[in-house]
Amino acid sequence: MSTNINDRIALPPKDAQKSNMTCHFCIVGCGYNVYKWDANREGGRPASQNALGVDFTKQVPPMGITMTKAMTNTITDKSGKRWNIMIVPDKECVVNSGLSSTRGGKMASYMYAHDGIGKERLKNPRVFRGDQWLDTGWDNAMALYAGLTKKILDNDGPSGLFYDCFDHGGAGGGFENTWGTGKLMFSALQTPMVRIHNRPAYNSECHATREMGVGELNNSYEDAQVADTIFCTGANPYETQSNYFLNHWVPNLSGATVDKKKKWFPGESAAAAKVIIVDPRRTATVAICEQVAGKDNVLHLDIEPGSDTALFNTLFTYVVDKGWHDKEFIAKHTRGFEDAVKTNRMSLEEGSKATGIPVAKLIQAAEWAYKPKASGHRPRTFHPYEKGIIWGNDNYVIQSALVSLVLATQNVGRRGTGVCRLGGHQEGYTRPPYPGDKKIYIDQEVINGKGLMYTLWGTNPFQTTLNAEQHRLVLSRRAKIVNEAIAKARGASVEQLIEVIYDACKNKGGMFIAAMNLYPTVISEEAHLLLPATHPGEMNLTSMNGERRLRLSEKFMDAPGSAKPDCLIAAEIANTLKAMYLRDNKPEMAKRFEGFEWKTEEDAFNDGFRRAGRPGVGPIDSQGGDTGYLATYALLRKAGNNGVQLPIKRVEGEKLIGTAMHYDDGKFDTKDGRAEFKPAPWNGLPKPVAEQKAKHKYWINSGRANEVWQTAYHDQYNSFVRDRIPMAFIEMNTEDARQLGVNAGDVIEVFNDYGSTYAMAYPLKSIKAGQTFMLFGYIKGVHGDVVTNWVDRNVVPYYKGTWGSIRRVGSVDDYKQTISFKDRRYA
Amino acid sequence: MEDLKIGRRFFLKSGGAAAAVAGGTVIPIHNANAAAPAAQATTALPYPKKAVGKAGGMPINQVVSFTYPDASSACYAIRMGSAVPGGVGPNGDIVAYSSYCTHMGCPVAYDGSTRTFKCGCHFSIFDPENLGQMVTGQATEDLPRIKLEYDAKTDSVHAVGVDGLIYGRQSNIL
Repeated sequence: MSTNINDRIALPPKDAQKSNMTCHFCIVGCGYNVYKWDANREGGRPASQNALGVDFTKQVPPMGITMTKAMTNTITDKSGKRWNIMIVPDKECVVNSGLSSTRGGKMASYMYAHDGIGKERLKNPRVFRGDQWLDTGWDNAMALYAGLTKKILDNDGPSGLFYDCFDHGGAGGGFENTWGTGKLMFSALQTPMVRIHNRPAYNSECHATREMGVGELNNSYEDAQVADTIFCTGANPYETQSNYFLNHWVPNLSGATVDKKKKWFPGESAAAAKVIIVDPRRTATVAICEQVAGKDNVLHLDIEPGSDTALFNTLFTYVVDKGWHDKEFIAKHTRGFEDAVKTNRMSLEEGSKATGIPVAKLIQAAEWAYKPKASGHRPRTFHPYEKGIIWGNDNYVIQSALVSLVLATQNVGRRGTGVCRLGGHQEGYTRPPYPGDKKIYIDQEVINGKGLMYTLWGTNPFQTTLNAEQHRLVLSRRAKIVNEAIAKARGASVEQLIEVIYDACKNKGGMFIAAMNLYPTVISEEAHLLLPATHPGEMNLTSMNGERRLRLSEKFMDAPGSAKPDCLIAAEIANTLKAMYLRDNKPEMAKRFEGFEWKTEEDAFNDGFRRAGRPGVGPIDSQGGDTGYLATYALLRKAGNNGVQLPIKRVEGEKLIGTAMHYDDGKFDTKDGRAEFKPAPWNGLPKPVAEQKAKHKYWINSGRANEVWQTAYHDQYNSFVRDRIPMAFIEMNTEDARQLGVNAGDVIEVFNDYGSTYAMAYPLKSIKAGQTFMLFGYIKGVHGDVVTNWVDRNVVPYYKGTWGSIRRVGSVDDYKQTISFKDRRYA
Repeated sequence: MEDLKIGRRFFLKSGGAAAAVAGGTVIPIHNANAAAPAAQATTALPYPKKAVGKAGGMPINQVVSFTYPDASSACYAIRMGSAVPGGVGPNGDIVAYSSYCTHMGCPVAYDGSTRTFKCGCHFSIFDPENLGQMVTGQATEDLPRIKLEYDAKTDSVHAVGVDGLIYGRQSNIL
C-alpha cells in the first residue's frame, strides 16, 4: 500500500470463517480467534453487520475490544485469491479472557503476505553454490541432505551427525514437530549429538525438581488468583508471561479475588495477596506490583547476583527453627528431610551476608510466606520461578534448595500453591528416548572440531548460546572450508557434490550446516542449505501452556512457496534415506527409517502424542503421558481455545476431562510416591565466573523485553519493534554511565576474557551501580558473546553469571533522535 | 467475565488519576467543522480542522484536553518546553495525542515527572517526546498522534489529522 493507510481497518463480515489459534509465542498461550474472509468484502459498522458483533458506528468504550492494525493482514492463497485476516484475543479463553499481549497482538501481521512484514520468509529450499544462494526444489535439497547424511552415517556412524533442535511448543515446535524431529534423530539416525535450542546439550532445565518427584508445571493459572503469597524468583512476568500476570496475578494482588478465596477455602483468613520478588534488578514487574498491591504488600529481595541458594537455605533453616514446617506431611509423603536440614543449614546472619538482604527483610519474607495465618492455617504460597534459577548459579543446586523449602511447608499439591517454572516457550514434548547415557556438551564438541554435519532445526545458536563468540568463530571457519570446496566443484552433480563436501568435512576440518527455519536469519551467513518451515496457521499444531493446557491451533492459510511443517520435513528426510538404503540393498538400515508415511501433521500427532500408553508400544517421553491417546484433533477442535489440561483423565461424551493440579493426592513422581528433599549446601560462585567478577567491574545481567519475541525472527522486520530497539539495549546506572562518558543511545562495548559484544546504552536511575541489564538473544549485540563456558552438572549454562568491562564506542545520531530512553518501569 | 470487571475497576482508578493530572484545562472547541464526505480520488479521510488553542497560552509540561476528530474522541495536547519530533508552534514543542491507549482503550494519564503517558489498565507507557512511541507495554501500536498546524499570525494551533488508528474505531472518522 503506497499510501500506507493506518487510520482504518477492514472488519470481518458476519459470515467470515472463524478458527482457533493459540498464540505462537510465550508459554502462556493466550487464546485468539482468526477471522478470514474474501478481501473483496468487508463487514459493516453496525454490530449486526460484522463478525465481532461490536457496534462501530460510535466510539467503542474502553475494554470493549482489542483490535488494532497489527491484528490484520491481507494474504494470498495458492490460487491467487486474496483474503483479509484478523486475529484477535478470545474473550472466552480462560487463559487471557480477551487480553492480548504486545507479542500475540502482532500475530496477524506476522502471517505471510508477499508484501508484508513476513515477506523475507523462506519459500523454497535454498542451497549455497559457488558464492551465492540458489533456490531449489525439495527433490534436489533432499538428495543433498539425505545423501550427505547417509554418507556420514555409513562411514562415521551417527555421532558425525550433529543437531541443534527445538524441544518446545508454539511456533517452531509443537507435539507434531518434536515427534517428527525426535523420531528422525533418536530412533532413525540414532544420534546422541543433539543439543536443545537454548542450551548446549540434550538436557532438561529442571533435573533437580523432577528427581525430587515434583514436575515443574504442577498447578493451574487459577492458583495464582487464590494464593496468599506469591514468592516469585528470577522472573519478570509482566514482560515475559504478560497475560498470566495481568489476568491471574493482578486480580489477586488488587484484592479482587478475596471472595473467591473465601469460597474455595472456608474458614481460612483471606486477603489480597502479598508478593515477594527475588531479583537483583528492579523489574517492570516489581514496579507494577507496587502500583497494584501498594508498596507495603510487595517485598523486593534484591539479592546479590547468584545468591539464591543462600536465600532459600536461610529461609528453610528459619522456618524449621520456628516450627512452621508441616511435620505430618513431611513424615507421610517425603524423605530426606533431616539430612536436608543439616546440609542446607544457614543462619539468618550467614544468609544476610551471602545475599546482601538485611535480616529483618529475610524474617519478613519468611513470615509472609510461611508463618501460619491468623486463622491458624498454613499460608498458601505459590513459588513461581524462571531464568534467574534456570540460568542461575547452578540450576541444579538452586532448584534443590527451593523445592526443599517448598516441600517442608507443603506448598505444592494444595490449591493456591505450586512450585512452577514460569517458562519461556510453550511446551510440546513427545519424543522417543534420547539415545545416550550422558549429557554431551555439543558446543564444545563443535569448537573441538568434532562432527561433520550440523543441522540447526528452528534454532539460532549464533544469537542464543553461551560462549557464543568463540562458538561462532569456529563454526564460521569450519563452514568456510566447506564453502571453498563447494565453490571449486564447478559443474558437479549432487552425488559429486556430496563427495566434495564429505571430503572437506572429514579430511579438512569443515562442517556442513543445514537449517530448517521460517526465515534465513543470521544463520544464512554461515549455512549451506536452508529448508523452509511453517508456523501455526499454516499447519495444524498442538502445544501445551504453563498450566499444561493442550490446544490445537488450526490451519487457516497456505504456507509460502513450498514450505512444510517440520514433522513433514523430517518425514521427507527419513523417506528419502529409506529409499536410498533400499536402493543400496540394505534392508536393515532401511527399516530404521520406516514409520514416516505421514501425509499430514495430524498423522505425526497420531503416531507420536497418541502412541504413549498403547499396548505393545516401546518407551516414549511425552508430556501427554499414557492418556495422550485420548486426545484427537476432532476432540481438540471442539475443546477450542480452552482445550484440556494434561494429563487427560477421561473423555465424557465429546469433552476431554483434564487435571487442574498435580500431587493433590500426596503422591509424587518417584517410585514410591514420596517426594525427596535434596541437599543443597550454599555453593558460592563457580570459579570461572568468580574470576571474571574479580577482573571486571560490571555485572552483565541479561533477559527479555516485553516487545521482542525470542531472537526477533519476526520482530526484526517490524518497524514497531525495530525502530524502538535497533540493537540490544543495555540498562545501566546513570552515574556509572556518566563516569564512562556514556549517554543514552551511545553504542558501548562489553568485554571480558570470553569475548566482546555491543549494545545501545540505556542509562537509568533505577539500575544499581555496578549492575547492567542487557537484552538477551537479539539480532544485533549478542549477550552470549560474553557468557562464560561454565555449566552445571547437567550442562545447563549460567547465562546470568556474566561480568564484564564497558567502554564507550561512539554514538549513533539516529538512535538518540528516534528512540525513547525513558524508564520502562511504571513507577 | 470477572477479569474484565477487574480491568474496569482499574480503568476507573486510572481515569480519576488522569483527570487529576490533567488539571482541568479544557479548551472548548469552536467552529468545529463537520466531517465532510470523502472527496473522490483521495485516499485520505476527510479530517476536520479544529482549533486546539493559542500556543502562548499553553502551560509547559501539562496536558490540554480537547476532542478530535469528533466529540467522542478525547485527546491531549502538550507543550513540552523544547523542540520535539513532530512538534509545532513557535518553539516546535507542541504535540498532541489520542488519550485512548491503543491496547484496550483505557485513558492514558500524563505523568509530568517522567514526561510519559501511562495506562493504568495494563501498564503501557508512551513517550510524547518521541512521536508517541511505546516505551513498554502490551499495545501493538504507538499512541495515535494528532497532526497539528500552527498559524503564527494568530498564534493558534489547529488539529488537522490523525496518524494512527484511534482505539475502538474501524475508522478515525465515524
